[in-house]
Amino acid sequence: MTRQTPAFPYEASATAKHPFRDVRLHVVTGKGGTGKTTVAAALAIALAAGGRRVLLAEVEGRQGIAQLFDCPPLPYEERKVASAPGAGEVFALAVDPEEALLEYLEMFYNMRLAGRTLKKMGAIDFATTIAPGMRDVLLTGKVKEAVTREDRKRRTGQAYDAVVMDAPPTGRITRFLNVTTEVAGLARVGPIRTQADSVMAVLRSKKSAVHLVTLLEEMPVQETVDGVSELRSAELPVGAVLVNRTRDPLLSEADLAAAEAGGLDRAELAAGLKAAGIEADEPLLDTLTAEAADHARRVALEQEERGALEQLQRPTYELPQLPDSVDLGGLYRLAELLTEQGMAG
Amino acid sequence: MARDIKNALDIDTVLENAGILVCCGSGGVGKTTTAAALAVRAAERGRRTVVLTIDPARRLAQAMGLTELDNTPRSVPTVDGELDAMMLDMKRTFDEIVLAHSTPERAEALFANPFYQAMSSSFSGTQEYMAMEKLGQLRATGEWDLIVVDTPPTRSALDFLDAPNRLTSFLDGRFLKLLLAPAKAGGKAYVKVLGAGFSVFSRVITKVIGAQVLSDVSQFVAALETMFGGFRARAEETYRLLSMPGTAFVVVAAPEPDALREASYFVDRLAQDGMPLAGLVVNRMHRSAAESLSAARSTTAAEQLDEQGDHQLAAAVLRLHAERVQQAARERRLRERFTRAHPEVAVVEVEAQAGDVHDLAGLRRIGGELAGGLAEAS
Repeated sequence: MTRQTPAFPYEASATAKHPFRDVRLHVVTGKGGTGKTTVAAALAIALAAGGRRVLLAEVEGRQGIAQLFDCPPLPYEERKVASAPGAGEVFALAVDPEEALLEYLEMFYNMRLAGRTLKKMGAIDFATTIAPGMRDVLLTGKVKEAVTREDRKRRTGQAYDAVVMDAPPTGRITRFLNVTTEVAGLARVGPIRTQADSVMAVLRSKKSAVHLVTLLEEMPVQETVDGVSELRSAELPVGAVLVNRTRDPLLSEADLAAAEAGGLDRAELAAGLKAAGIEADEPLLDTLTAEAADHARRVALEQEERGALEQLQRPTYELPQLPDSVDLGGLYRLAELLTEQGMAG
Repeated sequence: MARDIKNALDIDTVLENAGILVCCGSGGVGKTTTAAALAVRAAERGRRTVVLTIDPARRLAQAMGLTELDNTPRSVPTVDGELDAMMLDMKRTFDEIVLAHSTPERAEALFANPFYQAMSSSFSGTQEYMAMEKLGQLRATGEWDLIVVDTPPTRSALDFLDAPNRLTSFLDGRFLKLLLAPAKAGGKAYVKVLGAGFSVFSRVITKVIGAQVLSDVSQFVAALETMFGGFRARAEETYRLLSMPGTAFVVVAAPEPDALREASYFVDRLAQDGMPLAGLVVNRMHRSAAESLSAARSTTAAEQLDEQGDHQLAAAVLRLHAERVQQAARERRLRERFTRAHPEVAVVEVEAQAGDVHDLAGLRRIGGELAGGLAEAS
């Protein structure tokens, strides 16, 4: 097999210690059920550490951030939802396409009133229904605005040091981000097109990275692999692969192999149980060896999936399964782990 | 195994009597696999069955003999009975409706319109609506005893039920009427009919997106209009079909808080709309055949062995067992929370599989579990 180095100059190095240090827009996607909102929130906290200010934006009207931080539903307004170690701040925003359009009309045309009239007439609903690409331009446009917003009062001159977007799932991410192509057929020229192009310029730059959250299971990994190749063909910068909810194998490698082959040392297991004061009858031994075999099969499958992810040659970070469902404390733990592995900091 | 389920779902009776079986649930809970397993079981129990899948995993599709997306049911020859399977092609289904409700020239003009292209391939809701449309078409042929429908992988299970309404309200929207008015009133009455609203509109549109877009939109809307009656009637017809006797909904969930919360919403919504719910399938349940050896006891024993510095294998196996018992207990608590809130909903559990299912044998095994929950409970 000839080894080819893929030419994706706009992607961060896969081997650097802190490959995303200069990235200002972190787009987090993942198959449904992989925990992408949780990972996006943990990343926002990690990036905010050390007195930085980070915006965590959601774009699907799900109010997932509010649920996670246990606060009331977010309005169309940037609100502080968490602090990070060392006086860092995490703000959150639920981006709504209608509000984004009204804001846009006001900002560039001073036409907020006209916008309200259009909204009353159902025009905005109509426009975003027949042209979903326009909806995406409005959503990504608002996020891009936050990325580039200036604030002279801050030392960096920027309103936010980083923006984390909890983005649509892997199956739709390329379409969602590839706004220029999506609106090209609809608006060949004009301000919408100009706006789409300026969003695209930020998304395609080294200041952006699209991270993919996955589990070590067949379907999520397959979607991740497909997602990476779609993003690459759209020339969007693929960032990290984030493997969520990993579990350490509890058996030694030799025992795993034996368990999978159905040849676990039953006598030794029985002796061990006896030494711990547990009566090792045959049904119990059957159950325990079957459970060990299940575990071994799962570990083997996970290993296969890891191999498929390695082929992508992206920085890969793992987050363990937390003992209980993720609460605020769990988020900070995940943030620490991202920092320790070099994704943030 | 599911001995503590009081109200067990009798899936074989459902498969025996239903004409349409809809599998719903939030994304990533194993809906497609459940639909496929139910279809295989129904076919092998003698019913002429077709399964409509939306976005199956590649290997599952191969297991069903689905190698190409051609929007037509294909026979699955390896099944011991009559089973057809198809994958939904959303765009093609939309095109077919347009062709059925319009002249060839009008249809061509519409196909070429950029707004039609955008809406038919990515309107959020198009997939749900087209799944319903296809269901109506399959049903109209009368070729099958049972149609099993897998629903699109949406964030919310409710999207599927809302799709026809969303389309209808879109077609009835004030704004759409406004856009259509000029075509009806004819050139000059344009401004008069639309009044101030339109001048605001055209000013913004021209400024923000340009005149070309406005003309594309008008053309799109005018072309759609000729088909409105047909569209709305079909959407309403399919929706009615879903509430008729002979239709059964199966809600699919995984033992996770989000998925079960979504299942709860969906169950309430079905009741509210008077739609027939057969029951809930909880996929991916973990169990242990030795729950009498508790997690606490196993962990203590493992620690004891660690201290002795001996019997590493037994210590590891005990920890594994403790984890599993804990997981099983957590999942059972979640499921019980659901059954307490919805005691009227029949439930069946399916055990977690070590890997994804992608062959007929695997689908048969799951079908057996879906039906076997009852046998073990009684």
